[in-house]
Amino acid sequence: MGTHRLLEVSNLSVEFETYGGVVQAVRGVDFSVDAGEVLAIVGESGCGKSVTVQSIMGIIPMPPGKITGGSAKLKGSEILGLDAEAANQFRGKEIGMIFQDPMTSLNPTMTIGAQIAETLKVHRGLSTKQASEIASELLIRTRIPEAQKRLNQYPFEFSGGMLQRAMIAQSLACSPSLLIADEPTTALDVTIQAQILDLLKELQSRDGMAIILITHDLAVVARTAHNVCVMYAGQIVEQGSVDDIFYKSAHPYTLGLKLAMPSNVSQQNKKLEPIPGSPPDLFSPPSGCGYAARCPHAMRICHKENPPLFSDPSQPFHAARCWLQAPGAPKTQGLYQHNLIASHGQ
Amino acid sequence: MIETKNLKKHFQIGRNQTLHAVDGISISIAENEILGLVGESGSGKSTFGKTLIGLHERTAGDAFFNGLPLPQKYTAKDHLRYSADIQMIFQDPYASLNPRMTVLDIIGEGLALKGIPRADIQEEVGFWLRRVGLHPDHMSRFPHEFSGGQRQRIGIARAMIIKPKFVVCDEPISALDVSVQAQVVNLLEDLKASLGLTLLFIAHDLSMVRYISDRMAVMYLGTLVESGPSDAVFFEPKHPYTRLLIQSNPEADPVLERTRPSAALTGEITSPINMGPGCRFADRCPEALSHCKSVTPEPRLIASDHLVACHLYDEA
Repeated sequence: MGTHRLLEVSNLSVEFETYGGVVQAVRGVDFSVDAGEVLAIVGESGCGKSVTVQSIMGIIPMPPGKITGGSAKLKGSEILGLDAEAANQFRGKEIGMIFQDPMTSLNPTMTIGAQIAETLKVHRGLSTKQASEIASELLIRTRIPEAQKRLNQYPFEFSGGMLQRAMIAQSLACSPSLLIADEPTTALDVTIQAQILDLLKELQSRDGMAIILITHDLAVVARTAHNVCVMYAGQIVEQGSVDDIFYKSAHPYTLGLKLAMPSNVSQQNKKLEPIPGSPPDLFSPPSGCGYAARCPHAMRICHKENPPLFSDPSQPFHAARCWLQAPGAPKTQGLYQHNLIASHGQ
Repeated sequence: MIETKNLKKHFQIGRNQTLHAVDGISISIAENEILGLVGESGSGKSTFGKTLIGLHERTAGDAFFNGLPLPQKYTAKDHLRYSADIQMIFQDPYASLNPRMTVLDIIGEGLALKGIPRADIQEEVGFWLRRVGLHPDHMSRFPHEFSGGQRQRIGIARAMIIKPKFVVCDEPISALDVSVQAQVVNLLEDLKASLGLTLLFIAHDLSMVRYISDRMAVMYLGTLVESGPSDAVFFEPKHPYTRLLIQSNPEADPVLERTRPSAALTGEITSPINMGPGCRFADRCPEALSHCKSVTPEPRLIASDHLVACHLYDEA
């Protein structure tokens, strides 16, 4: 992949202390993002995908949250566990973030213009006049019509799609090298979703911005991402290029997600195959593979021991956390299995 | 089995402002058929579903169930009478179950209203819990003890226990995860086959609607722009809006997505306030003709059972 490593996360673990006990929300996650790369982190509710990026940004409430291990290096320097002042040096400036629900993420009592200008004033020390000029340019860049008029409007005067554009404009204020988009289109209609995804792709290809896209929607991943991490029960179960994930699925969970979705690629209707059961309780995660209880191919070892990430030495970027990828594992229909197998990671 | 003629629901939102949420919808649903109703937020699809079964009072038009007219405004007695045949499943499995009632009371309420003895209700609720993939032991629990997918099954059991003939499903899977969506959709299909149900399936997920529906109808700003057999509407869309909507729908196929042109539809859906004549999509339509903004297009049959309301298909 690219040569310029932007963010490197290794062995990140996050816990939450709750009334019912300690939830191990993220259990040893490794990934990296290069400049200009779109990395999708995909998974279902509760898999830890949002907590992963929120802990990198330092925005999980602590307590109850607690980063119990690992590191996250932005351009080589550690960003986990910084105090508020140090964290503000990179938040917004180096890494921008947008959220699923722009209506609750923006301040309803401030005009859109004032909110974008605030970022510029705080991080770049601009005057109110300079800041509002740049704010208007940013709205034009995110294709908001009548930008000048829109600057003086409040969030309630914007539609959902326009608010998401305004939030992207705000996150671009300090030209960050990385944008984290947490379910940016989940609340939007498909037509607006297509527009926002196009805008993100344009920012990536024109300005070389790297994007981490958090989503539960495989179709959004297929449309936008270069590389993909599939998360399940607080761990990355498969990672690889978007083509690896879709055409050479190596983890039964990835395959299960694909089979549970309707496809319009051919006109024939295949019956949807739901994944039985539900994800494991992360209060006391199973000692074996987190997916074993729902996996149609589970073997004895799957229930006992959590597999490492297996990958083929010739394509080390594609890896799956599954015992079926171990040497001598039985062949499984529909599942891509490597020829030569080596393990990496922990 | 279900038929509407020129059904309208307008909301008065100010002295001189009327919101034309549903503006003249005529459709029919045959027995044991699933009609999928799609459209963007604000297109009026949920309002249509609710008006059809009497949760909103109709402004104009007619609705028929098995050939008999449904009342324009439901009284409490009407609701009781029609709820035996017509039921609804709601979008939000969190908001649509009373948090202070047990699962037994929630699912059994319809039977209790009919005066059925409690022991029989318990047995029936147990049967239905098992039927939707839960356990009879769950009946003494409260809604907060269940996940989203489980709650949606409770909602389905509540609707089905009455043995309705027609069920309106308003975005029944939008709030659920992918793996759970498939469970709920398969359950609805099973129930349709085994009970001979008729369903109106309202959703914005085009792929899922195409998968589950026999026929599909597309709404835009309170009007029906196209309807027909699902595969015909999805693979050979005729109305410019349907075409652009389906082009915007991403597929879980990266190679296909790389060849997809960028966002097909620019701009956004407006509010149908004080609408005049003309096609509602004319302002955004790339193929609009000179008279599209002034003359309302009538639905036209362009193939067997395939209706399109667009001037492009007017006879010369």
